[in-house]
Amino acid sequence: MASITVQPPNPANWLVKPALYCVAGSILLALPVRIFGLQPPEPVFAMAPAFAWAAIRPSVLPPFALLGLGLFQDALWGGPAGLWPLCLLTVYTLGFTVRRALAGESLWALGAWYGAVCALGFGLGLFLVSLMSGEIPSLVGVALQYAVTVALFPLSWLLIERYEDADVRFR
Amino acid sequence: MSLRDGPLSDIKPPLTWLAVAALALALIAAAALFIGDRRDDAHAGVATARRTSDSALGTVGGVLSAPIHWLGGLGDAARDYVFAGVQNHQLRRDLVAARSWRDEVYRLRDENARLSALLGVRTDPPIPMVFARTVLDARGPFANTRIADVGAARGVIEGNPVLSQHGLVGRVTGVARDICRIMLLTDIESRTPVLIARTNGRAILTGDGGPNPKLAYLRTHDALREGDRILTSGDGGVLPRGLPVGVAVRAFDGGWRVALDSDATPIDFVQILLFKDFSQLAPPQALAPAVLPPTATGAPVEAPPPAAALPPPTAGKAPPANAGAAEAPTPKPPAPKAPAGGKTP
Repeated sequence: MASITVQPPNPANWLVKPALYCVAGSILLALPVRIFGLQPPEPVFAMAPAFAWAAIRPSVLPPFALLGLGLFQDALWGGPAGLWPLCLLTVYTLGFTVRRALAGESLWALGAWYGAVCALGFGLGLFLVSLMSGEIPSLVGVALQYAVTVALFPLSWLLIERYEDADVRFR
Repeated sequence: MSLRDGPLSDIKPPLTWLAVAALALALIAAAALFIGDRRDDAHAGVATARRTSDSALGTVGGVLSAPIHWLGGLGDAARDYVFAGVQNHQLRRDLVAARSWRDEVYRLRDENARLSALLGVRTDPPIPMVFARTVLDARGPFANTRIADVGAARGVIEGNPVLSQHGLVGRVTGVARDICRIMLLTDIESRTPVLIARTNGRAILTGDGGPNPKLAYLRTHDALREGDRILTSGDGGVLPRGLPVGVAVRAFDGGWRVALDSDATPIDFVQILLFKDFSQLAPPQALAPAVLPPTATGAPVEAPPPAAALPPPTAGKAPPANAGAAEAPTPKPPAPKAPAGGKTP
């Protein structure tokens, strides 16, 4: 009987590198820079891999990577610890739940799913912050940050395209 | 042949269940962190973790923002060179206006000094300050904070007010040795007691993550008007009174918001007032409880310092920080209370 060997994708490539890119991107956009008097946007970079990791394959590592990335965002932006981990893990959980529906979908369909799960992630953040501070955050500010985060979908799509077929057990 | 049709498609390892378990574990950890943490939490472990992360991020931000500041300075110099003529013209006009203001200031200063001396007003001594440069900036809807490159080594403590060259920016909420975190007025958790300069009304400036914080709990006998100056009220002793905050503007929803003065320019450079509370505005000796002569039982009686023990104000001049040090409060019987609404002769 022939033995079956499976070669899962290297976590350094599909987990660690994207996470480091998110850290670098977040720090760069947090620098006090003004271009023509305007501040650069402040997207939540980690939402792109959160969606992609859920779509690529089930793994033990992404939830903890997202926990770490979320804590980093909290430390960088000075928010309450645990806020962004919860939002990112919500995106991951929703993506993980619908991953069968995501398989083989077109770019636009994936983009719509990405927008929808990100909206729920931001919605959770809005709810938690409102609950914590007793004040509803500026909806315009939330909408702007959501919009620039959704604009990062091409990064998520590239990650999905690159590693979706890497582990045949989860196609 | 497609990979889906291969022999490996039949293998169903329990990895999915492990992934679900890991996800549940991570969610529980995140929820526990969120429930157990507050930004004003004084718990030693949380505070140490925050200081450590702020220090690390501040160092990284300082290194990365150094070339940006340098390039920004270069850009400013180039712009100044190109627009020197226009700036010169503008400065001449400003100078003419400033001269008339200067004369008015001389007159008001003299009048203020005479009235202060007449009324026995005690002016606050100047508050020391340190200058800092911000190296990281968070401006999302859920947190508006900055990290500045001075910390406890320069005397900064939590609660110190932070100003730009135009007005109040926020206050210090976390301090490490060489780094501090500033919570901006626009932060969702920021609450600042303010007053309306024209009416002396009070309100709480409430951040919501947007650029213009709200005026909540507004109490004023006269209706607020667009453009009214908003200053810190000093209520609660968190901030000194009279720091410029901004002007009142009408919001879309009919409420009142504040266009912050600090928005006029980038707040890369800030001043941190080393203000702790109002007790530092008076000589420490004057605040020490005075010991009255022993009573019949022999037990010494402590009394609050009489107002008369404070040094008389110098007209038009702030008293030095150690004023009154040589004048120990003399035990005196309490002065009779003036009748309500009555004038002191």
